[in-house]
Amino acid sequence: MGNFEALVEVQLRPGISDPQGATIERALPALGFTGVSGVRAGKAFRLQVEAPDDQAARRIVEELSERLLANPVIEAASVSIISPPPA
Amino acid sequence: MALVAVRVGVVVFPGTNCEHDVAEALVELGAEAQLVWHGSASLDALDAVVLPGGFAHGDYLRPGAIARFSPVMAGVREYAAGGGPVVGICNGFQVLTEAHLLPGALQKNKGLTFLCRMTELEVTSDRSALTAGVELGRRLLVPVNHFEGNYTAGPATLRRLEDEGRVVLRYVDNPNGSVHDIAGICNEGGNVVGLMPHPERASHELLGSTDGLVLLRALLAWAGARLEPAGRG
Repeated sequence: MGNFEALVEVQLRPGISDPQGATIERALPALGFTGVSGVRAGKAFRLQVEAPDDQAARRIVEELSERLLANPVIEAASVSIISPPPA
Repeated sequence: MALVAVRVGVVVFPGTNCEHDVAEALVELGAEAQLVWHGSASLDALDAVVLPGGFAHGDYLRPGAIARFSPVMAGVREYAAGGGPVVGICNGFQVLTEAHLLPGALQKNKGLTFLCRMTELEVTSDRSALTAGVELGRRLLVPVNHFEGNYTAGPATLRRLEDEGRVVLRYVDNPNGSVHDIAGICNEGGNVVGLMPHPERASHELLGSTDGLVLLRALLAWAGARLEPAGRG
């Protein structure tokens, strides 16, 4: 068994309006950042999982993301195993 | 009307804060109200169940996301499957969507502001436990109090809701960006209803409106009709 660190990013699905992202995007020109678009706000989670290998760790994290961290009606989760790095 | 008082369970999660208001409004209408702690898994001997507003489990992660795992939700699921009337108000509506007892989701208000104000609603379906017997097109003044009340659902779900007459209440002047001005929906059977506005806060002239009683009365009538003629078992 190894200990794997995972990063889960939860984003609103494409097509679901994101008032938070839109508000951030509108604030950027006032700070002098022009040409920035497509801002989407989301959530990030870091967690540690015990699993035989990184594939198994990924499966566990994908399942818990689907069942709890994201609401699949409006959000999608993407999982990265960040340590130890895949061999 | 039922000869026996209709007995309504009002579910209390840690962080729920509208349970007494709901109970008081129901008692004023002649019902019995009983607070049900979220750790209790049984909803026996209740004629209706209300999930009131508040911040269940602190609204951590997403409103309703943790509450749906509370033991009482297994009971609510079973109760709803048996045709029992279940109404989720505000945070209760969010819990019902997270628990997949109602479709869609409630996301942050379009203007990113917390809204606490009176809204005008239109009754657009009378096939739910909360609107049965209420005249279609009737306008009701009922306040909202939420940050995540912006109802959203995929195109297929929306089409089904519309085709099946399951959009029960709409905002006349949409305050939060909800698709199709949706303020409340019901399930296929009409017995599970969710709405963002708070009927219990429009239950006395001192509160500026008594229109919420129209909805709560409809709920008690629906629950009472299920009691007769056999009475409570």
